[in-house]
Amino acid sequence: MENGLLGKIGIPRLIISLFLAFLIAAGFAYGLPMGQIFSAMLTRFGMNLLLVLAMIPTIQAGAGPNFGLPFGIICGLVGATLAIELDFRGFPALIFALAVSIPLGALAGWLYGLLLNKVKGQEMTVGTYMGFSIVSLMCIFWLMAPYKSPEMIWPYGGEGLRVTVVLDGRMEQLLDRLMSFTVGSVTIPTGLLLFAALCCLLLWYFMKTSTGLAMSMVGANPRFAEASGLSVNRYRVLASIISCAMGAAGIVIYSQSYGFLQLYQAPLYMALYSVSAILIGGASLQRATITQAVIGTFLFNSLLVIALPVANVAMSSDISEIMRVIISNGIILYALTRKEVGGDAR
Amino acid sequence: MKRLLQRNIVPIVFTVLCSIGFHYSGLSWMFFANDLMSRLARNSFLVISLIIPVLAGMGLNFGIVLGAMAGQFAAFITVVYDMTGLTGFVAACVLAVPFALLFGWLTALIFNRAKGKEMITGLILGFFANGLYQLVCLVFVGWIIPISNKALLLPSGVGFVNTIDLKRWQYALDKFYVFKFRGLTAPGLKYLNNINFPVLTLVVIAVLCLLMFLLFRTKLGQDFRAVGQDRRIAEVAGIKVDKVRIIAVLFSTVLAAWGQLIFLQNIGNVQVYGSHVQVGTFAVAALLIGGASVSRATIGQALLGTVLFHALFIVSPLAGKNIMGSAQVGEYFRVFIAYGVIGIALALHAWQRLAKK
Repeated sequence: MENGLLGKIGIPRLIISLFLAFLIAAGFAYGLPMGQIFSAMLTRFGMNLLLVLAMIPTIQAGAGPNFGLPFGIICGLVGATLAIELDFRGFPALIFALAVSIPLGALAGWLYGLLLNKVKGQEMTVGTYMGFSIVSLMCIFWLMAPYKSPEMIWPYGGEGLRVTVVLDGRMEQLLDRLMSFTVGSVTIPTGLLLFAALCCLLLWYFMKTSTGLAMSMVGANPRFAEASGLSVNRYRVLASIISCAMGAAGIVIYSQSYGFLQLYQAPLYMALYSVSAILIGGASLQRATITQAVIGTFLFNSLLVIALPVANVAMSSDISEIMRVIISNGIILYALTRKEVGGDAR
Repeated sequence: MKRLLQRNIVPIVFTVLCSIGFHYSGLSWMFFANDLMSRLARNSFLVISLIIPVLAGMGLNFGIVLGAMAGQFAAFITVVYDMTGLTGFVAACVLAVPFALLFGWLTALIFNRAKGKEMITGLILGFFANGLYQLVCLVFVGWIIPISNKALLLPSGVGFVNTIDLKRWQYALDKFYVFKFRGLTAPGLKYLNNINFPVLTLVVIAVLCLLMFLLFRTKLGQDFRAVGQDRRIAEVAGIKVDKVRIIAVLFSTVLAAWGQLIFLQNIGNVQVYGSHVQVGTFAVAALLIGGASVSRATIGQALLGTVLFHALFIVSPLAGKNIMGSAQVGEYFRVFIAYGVIGIALALHAWQRLAKK
């Protein structure tokens, strides 16, 4: 790239890393409980990774980051609410939720992929607004759906599901607690991290199979791919299916770790946070790797975890939410305005 | 006839939807019409501010959120210096211009670096700018930017309170002169009886429409269209494309700033952290419902769209309650409509463009 090491690391990644290092140093200086903070960083990393990995298939297939991730996310939420409605507990609940969400997510991804093929070149804008509309449509669903479980509906005659459903005793932190151990004051959520690693491994393996390689080729050079007999549209749909299925599973993992299911408007901006995480990791709108997703997820989430306590001590006002908005949207803007090599042929 | 129907299918569908909603809402015509009139007066300026970028080929300018922020900064200044009445409102409009020019210029620079992706860029820019706006209003105000009027600040002395009262110049335009028809008996016209017409606001909007109409007959207006039709041909014809695009965004942002001020003078307070957030989405949805597309928009469509979109806004909670037994359903339904209309319009546009190639 441009100038050796700097070009390789990338300016945004460098800035974010330095900022993170600075905040961690500040955290030590203020005497914050760093053990807890490091544990939280690991947990946030594990709970978000799958949602960020979901960006890779569509980017590689040339459809850009999947701004339509909410299509997958709501399927995951449907799966998780069903698991509670049918009164599953513990691992059966988690497995049932995943088993319902993944096929649903794949179905949604298939439909979304068909749409994406009709709007080549505008996937990001269309995806964003289609995502927004499906989230608001699902708000009506959460309100009207005939769920009965007392844990999910309002206790005194309100209508519809609660805005946040507590997962306590259902599947709260199942993976986090699995084989977890403590080093010094840092708790390692072993199960969650192992699961994340497994996802990376599966995706890595898939991208190495002939289907995965074909998918990457379709994104890198659609004309060449077409000429060598690959159906561009088919691989784009496949990418969308995989991405949304991963989004569906991703939100289940996210929720079990968080301990709450967030319904209604909550999934609205989730796609944006995943997009920005992978971009922070150094991906572009055309190319992304698993390493970039891992680095990006770690940097972005660690920054958010450490910013809150440091800002609270340093300036006694909560700017972490503001920072999240600025950083995540700033990085997307940066990617959008970058002169891309071999950019958009259309 | 069939073509006419086809071209105007979106407004027709929404007219039907609004009529059904009105019927089931059980609202009286008087209440409905008055509410609609005040909504038309306060929102149409914002919707009209979208037209120039559409014609200049930049799509729907979601970046008008920055214009709205410029308007709000100006409003805060008039509150701090305690300017009242029409003077206060005019002062706010004047003060908003430098902010809007600065924001618009930055927006345009970013748009010029992201040609062909203006809409998603504008949307993300809006979110990004909202982060910076919160940083200024919540952290810098009272800390870096001194504010003499402590009543505007949170108890800690840093950051604006959630709601800032604008009673000092509320209705400066709207109630300057209110006109009501009385005793009209002609069959069609009698529905206009007893509706409050905010004359000055309507005059301001009419003047804006007229100026817009004239603008498109000038050299600059022709340049907008030329750039909108084909950037490369315009470049060859000697038009400085980037400059024309900057001017288009500047116009849009300044108009949006004024539009937001007109909106605020009707509402009478600023939700410091909320009033501007949905401005882009709602204005865009209104324009599209009027039958505009990503590359074609007229003043008539802007006005019609504002009427239809806000008619839906008025009737949907009550209609939702009466049809589905829940006002919340209507509430979510209209949000869904706003997003859905934009999503479908964008998809159709991309689809048609792809089919043409």
